[in-house]
Amino acid sequence: MTTVADAPTQTPVRPPVILRRPKETTGVWSWFTTVDHKKIGIMYGVTALVFFCLGGIEALLIRLQLAGPNGTVLTASQYNQIFTMHGTTMVFLLGMPLSIAFANYFVPLMIGARDVAFPRLNAFGYWMFVTGGVFLYSSFLLGGAPNGGWFGYTPLTSTPLGLGALPGRGPDFWAVGIVMLGIGSTTAAINVIVTTLNMRAPGMTLMRMPVFVWMMLVTAFLTLFAMPIITVALIMVFFDRNFGTSFFLPAKGGDPLLYQNLFWLFGHPEVYILILPGMGIVSEILPVFSRKPLFGYPVVVFSGIAIGFLGWGVWAHHMFTTGLGPVAVSAFSLSTMLIAIPTGVKIFNWLATVYKGSVRLTTAMLFALGFIAQFTIGGLSGVSLAVVPADTQQHDSYFVVSHFHYVLFGGLVFGLFGGLYYWFPKVFGRMLDEKLGKWNFWLMVIGFNLTFFPMMLLGIYGMPRRVYRYDAGLGWGSLNLVATIGSFIIAVSVLLFIINAVVSRKRGVIAGNDPWDGRTIEWSTSSPPPEYNFAEIPEIQARDDLWHTKYTEDDDGVLVPLPSGGVDTPAATRAAAAPTHRIHMPSPSFYPLVAALGILPLAYAAVFHSYSWAFLLVAGGAIILAFGIYAWAIEPATAAEADH
Amino acid sequence: MTNRNSRRGRWWLLLAGAATVALAACSPANGKNTLAPHGTNAHQIDNLIYPIWIVAVIVGLIVVGGTIFVALRYRQRPGRSDRPKQIHGNLTVEILWTIIPAVILAVIAVPTISLIFKEDATPSNAVEVTVVGKQWWWEFEYPGANGQPPVVTADELHIPTGRNIDLSLKACDPSLPYGVNNGPGCNVIHSFWVPELAGKEDVVPGQTNHLTLRTSTAGTYLGQCAQYCGLSHANMHFRVIAQSPTAYDAWLSSQRQVPAVSLASAGEAGTLFTKTFACSNCHTTSSSTLSTYGPNLSHLASRSTFASGYFKLTKSQLMKWIMNAPGLIPMQSQDCRKGPPGSPGVTCVGMPSFTQNTPKGMPVMTTAQAQILATYLLSLK
Repeated sequence: MTTVADAPTQTPVRPPVILRRPKETTGVWSWFTTVDHKKIGIMYGVTALVFFCLGGIEALLIRLQLAGPNGTVLTASQYNQIFTMHGTTMVFLLGMPLSIAFANYFVPLMIGARDVAFPRLNAFGYWMFVTGGVFLYSSFLLGGAPNGGWFGYTPLTSTPLGLGALPGRGPDFWAVGIVMLGIGSTTAAINVIVTTLNMRAPGMTLMRMPVFVWMMLVTAFLTLFAMPIITVALIMVFFDRNFGTSFFLPAKGGDPLLYQNLFWLFGHPEVYILILPGMGIVSEILPVFSRKPLFGYPVVVFSGIAIGFLGWGVWAHHMFTTGLGPVAVSAFSLSTMLIAIPTGVKIFNWLATVYKGSVRLTTAMLFALGFIAQFTIGGLSGVSLAVVPADTQQHDSYFVVSHFHYVLFGGLVFGLFGGLYYWFPKVFGRMLDEKLGKWNFWLMVIGFNLTFFPMMLLGIYGMPRRVYRYDAGLGWGSLNLVATIGSFIIAVSVLLFIINAVVSRKRGVIAGNDPWDGRTIEWSTSSPPPEYNFAEIPEIQARDDLWHTKYTEDDDGVLVPLPSGGVDTPAATRAAAAPTHRIHMPSPSFYPLVAALGILPLAYAAVFHSYSWAFLLVAGGAIILAFGIYAWAIEPATAAEADH
Repeated sequence: MTNRNSRRGRWWLLLAGAATVALAACSPANGKNTLAPHGTNAHQIDNLIYPIWIVAVIVGLIVVGGTIFVALRYRQRPGRSDRPKQIHGNLTVEILWTIIPAVILAVIAVPTISLIFKEDATPSNAVEVTVVGKQWWWEFEYPGANGQPPVVTADELHIPTGRNIDLSLKACDPSLPYGVNNGPGCNVIHSFWVPELAGKEDVVPGQTNHLTLRTSTAGTYLGQCAQYCGLSHANMHFRVIAQSPTAYDAWLSSQRQVPAVSLASAGEAGTLFTKTFACSNCHTTSSSTLSTYGPNLSHLASRSTFASGYFKLTKSQLMKWIMNAPGLIPMQSQDCRKGPPGSPGVTCVGMPSFTQNTPKGMPVMTTAQAQILATYLLSLK
């Protein structure tokens, strides 16, 4: 524990460091050296939203290309790169990091901790995310972006470059880039797990934790166990392509389906890695804006855990048409139907939470309600896909594209936007504009459904996925045009959000500590919270602890405000007050950034290993990495000066 | 109250039914529509999924409607107390909404699993055809029988009506020494999909998958590769031509004939084909029994389409294709003229251009030469 007030004083022996210990906690440079979970959370969020815009531009290019038959906006080669990067971006550079952004910022705040367990590792994870994303996108300038799909099926991707199955070095960039991003998300997962299990405030038992924290804990465990699988698979792909192995090359005794098993053994838990944080956010928003507790908290928590477990047993439903045989196919069909049950339970519990509540239709609440409705449509189309014979028609068609966008956009992205509107006041101290927010929401609902509902029909009418053009005369043109129009409406709504965020951050209404009449303890501290989060670590008396300092129930269970309740209670005042003693926070450090920057040249060296100059990259990268890790290891978590 | 409820229930059902009917009625007659089944398998799938869709639409309407209802009905407004009763949960209803979906899913699972096993059964008395997926076209091989030679053709799969067709789906062609993934004729993964006849089945290198087709309606059904397979995945089309058994038999025996014009007697076309432009590195025009890197052209003129079924087979279209195929369908293939695929320095996937990016020291094709080749190929009935 480096964060508590009475940590033993560091021995003032000056370690042999080359870089001076950074001290700045404000200004541009402080962002490069910070280990504050809140700053890192903001950086995760902003970076993920930048990648969201890039992925969105790719989506618009796809939609322009497909707006009518025989589109000529993109060539086949460009289209294949764009759809690969769109999927890769939205999964690895938006969905995961934006969830991690919320986890980074709010898990410590919601459990009453001062920071995450490993602050420098946290910074390192962020810098791996940035360097991994930059590395992936640099491929556009270095001979072509990944073009094998975000799933990268072998042997298409694993066939050596010279044999011509897939042109360009894209798959090398893809394999190495995702391994880099995997390092980042693994460290983030470790931090969430250790922080949640070890650093909860007194009285914050597991069953008093906010559902968002629970869902991030489950997500972190899924990430921790899923990332090694994809890492192994990608390294095997990379070796097949570059070093003459034949893990997936059938001509030499390899098995291309082994890759699919590995990929989806990662890939399906990944789906839950993406959706569980959204479910967690929705579970926070609904009770606050219904003025009712979450209906059946234990059931919601345990169905989240059940989804986490069952998520490991459904991967082969992505492979129903590969010839697995009827027994395996039936088993995975059943397990897929099974996972619909805890998912359904959550939906009904959410509706029961709102039922008979006192509903405030704020933008955050609208996004949460949109999540429920659209995620349900996604889930029901998923049941249709679990019916294997039907799946043989719908698989790899636009039906599937529609299905998973209903889940991941209609679900996850709506949940994340709900989270942005809900927590923005806590992070920046000012409210997002509600009027712009409503425009944002309604345009997104309209645009989203215009884009993705026609795709469900297109799939049923026989349109396959990943095609850069289709013939006239197939009757697909008008539905595709509608989808394209819808996608631009989505773009307008996202633009409104960006304007809203930029303007409100400077000029929004001052939020105060608790603008929504919140339930969980992050609303008891100031907005934005001080670096140490709570002046005094709160003692947790109940689930929704803050709520119970403001309200109680009469004998009929009806809500009764406590006299002088709310953020004026002594406990809350203590939390938000100026600290009465010095609180030691971990000091900023250069080394997480240095270590991550050392990995970048190594990654380029891997891709361009056949060139003689690659060894320079290896040498340079190895030196920087070794220096970063070594200096990090001997650097005390808290700078010596900070103790005096 | 109950009356009102049951009336409302009927509305849901009606709405769901109407939605599903509209789905089918408004669907395009495009030859690829899964809602217009003409094959046994496609019919079975439709019969299975329609009731499930109706249930799904009802559940969807209830949840989406319920979401809108609770949001509006319990909206905070003047005159309404903002101190709702604090309901923390209710085990009975939670158990109920765990069990009811479980029961619905169990009911769905029974016919699902039954059809899975039914589809897997080996068809009796079937016509056997081997389908080989290549980047980016389909080869169809009819086995030899009773002393008759096998038939190898491309782009158009002929089948007799009223018979089971047992397709063996492969991505490796053992008769070829070289494939894009570095071994005996092995290609990447493709997926064979003719939506109006059957669900799709992947074509996986290193294994043989099976798919049964059966239709009683003669006609042409459109198919397309459904698994992303690289640059020209979108262009990997094919046709299934279902004919009466007599017409099918006649077609098959005509395919078994020696080509109408022998290469030796083709004059200048023969020289162009074998020497000048080395078409014979990848194609043959002399025997319909051979599997080759490119489509077997021995009976090209008997087909109605070419180039993965992308173009109608006309002389002008064929000439354009011969001269500059990658200009029509993207391919990565500039080296094919230097030697057969697999020769040193040759990466050849698809047709090369004979008018652009010409390798050093090799001739550029003239329109007159293309015309001679096209005329020759179109004489191969």
